[in-house]
Amino acid sequence: MGIKNRMSGNEAVAHAISQIDPDVMPAFPITPSTEIPQFVSNMISAGKIHTEFIPVESEHSAMSAAMGSEAAGARTITATSSCGLALMWEVLYVAASSRLPIAMCVVNRGLTGPLNINAEHSDSMGARDSGWIQIYAENNQEVYDNMLQAYRIAEHKDVRLPIMICQDGFITSHALCNIELIEDDKARAFAGTYEPEHYLLKEGETMAMGPYATSPYGMEAKRAQVQGMMNAKQVILDVAKEYEKISGRSYGFFESYKLEDAEYAVVIIGSAAGTAKDAVDALRSQGKKVGILKVRVFRPFPGEEMAEALKGVKAVAIMDRAESYSGNGGPLGAELMAAMYRAGNEAVAVNIVYGLSGRDITVEDFEGVYGRLERIADGSEKPEFYSYLGLRE
Amino acid sequence: MGNMTEIRWHGRGGQGAKTAALLLADVAFKTGKHVQGFPEYGPERMGAPITAYNRISDEEIRVHSNIYDPDFVVVVDETLLHTVDVTAGIKRGGAILVNTELSSEEVSHFLGAYHERIYTINAREVCMKTLGKYFPNTPMLAAIVKITGIIPREQFLQEMEESLRHKFEKKPEVLGGNMMALKMAMEEVR
Repeated sequence: MGIKNRMSGNEAVAHAISQIDPDVMPAFPITPSTEIPQFVSNMISAGKIHTEFIPVESEHSAMSAAMGSEAAGARTITATSSCGLALMWEVLYVAASSRLPIAMCVVNRGLTGPLNINAEHSDSMGARDSGWIQIYAENNQEVYDNMLQAYRIAEHKDVRLPIMICQDGFITSHALCNIELIEDDKARAFAGTYEPEHYLLKEGETMAMGPYATSPYGMEAKRAQVQGMMNAKQVILDVAKEYEKISGRSYGFFESYKLEDAEYAVVIIGSAAGTAKDAVDALRSQGKKVGILKVRVFRPFPGEEMAEALKGVKAVAIMDRAESYSGNGGPLGAELMAAMYRAGNEAVAVNIVYGLSGRDITVEDFEGVYGRLERIADGSEKPEFYSYLGLRE
Repeated sequence: MGNMTEIRWHGRGGQGAKTAALLLADVAFKTGKHVQGFPEYGPERMGAPITAYNRISDEEIRVHSNIYDPDFVVVVDETLLHTVDVTAGIKRGGAILVNTELSSEEVSHFLGAYHERIYTINAREVCMKTLGKYFPNTPMLAAIVKITGIIPREQFLQEMEESLRHKFEKKPEVLGGNMMALKMAMEEVR
């Protein structure tokens, strides 16, 4: 089962897109996501897929065109990073509230400034409240698998929301690694075809898209939108279960790595989780009870499930690759701590900001974090609830 | 993790150090290895120092950090010996490969307290004799394969011939020169 290959994260996503063969791709290039529309347009010109590529003049236009084509009834894909995602901001909310299941490949890169092209989650984390589903990946394999599952989640009748498939800029997007691909026919069959119930080009049905909502209606529309996001939880699990049948790889809201009996845990998103796993194995061989909760789904936020998975730990480090400038920690830290409080979880939780502007994080860094958690738990170190890792003095 | 080989490439933008790292990952993959090949990006411009990395292992590779304690270092541009700490972190028993006209003995004078193995190759000479143009990444790739021993010679040459034939589908006339460059580099590295 599966085809062994080697690809960068961007190639992997483009390969998944070619297997899905979506109808329309409006896109504007920005580092480090540029290769995705580049690879897809190469496949279009080679006649391998039927996707209509729309070269647009900005990301605002890319997302507007994506809305237009999706509303017309076409399965639509786009890709972006960093400031490109920021320029889409206004339209992100409109796409979500119009319940258009657009898929977008986000190759995570920090927002300017200072200007930097490297990995950071501030772009998609900034858009965390825009109403899009967000799924993150540790490596090229996961971003490929997530892409193949994207439309099945987004287009589900109980959901109907746009979805971001995120990966770390350069760290996974430009790293050539081993991957196992699904055969084209199986992947294609899994992705299926888009069969919207209502769409603008539907014969005999007239409808309004994105109309004004007066006060007596706007609040209901927003509540209905939240319901779609809450429903997405079950759909994400169902689609993952079905995907496991063709791939042999299982996915959930998050991955628990040696967490069952762990006393000290790191909660983290993206590629750094792989590095953390090597640290956990090294510490486990010394008899330390350490584990990882790697977040895959950030929207909808599986707070209750994560709090439950962390029930047995003494101390947890919640690690953010994004700064929210609240002065109160990063987005994952703030939301997970709230969820743990609500669940009555009494573990000491500290929030650590790391990896901004592509600052590297190593196995030794993680060993240091676990050491700190151990000292916090035994009382020999006073917990610093919000701190930076790898910051130069 | 025990059998992992880690390689760090130092080059200048435009010389193909990143491409060489990706080619090495590619050919190692074809021999059944788990691989990583990735560049470290700063502001990219022709001539600026760049770093690229390889991890090659029989087991799955999960770590995503840069490489600080490499088994091997490849210096594609010898002018970097004066500006970049190329020997930083090289493991005991490791080695450095430098593209230069100089001998290992002469190169050692530029490497301070470094006491592990030094290999040299004159990639320019290999390129001019075989390709007529200076593409240092081809001979450097062959030389590092020879030194590391991660891929047997014949298998390496066979895999390279296949992928170069594919890469140069539209200009098959360059295949012979590239293969000669690879073979000569494997002979010439000292």
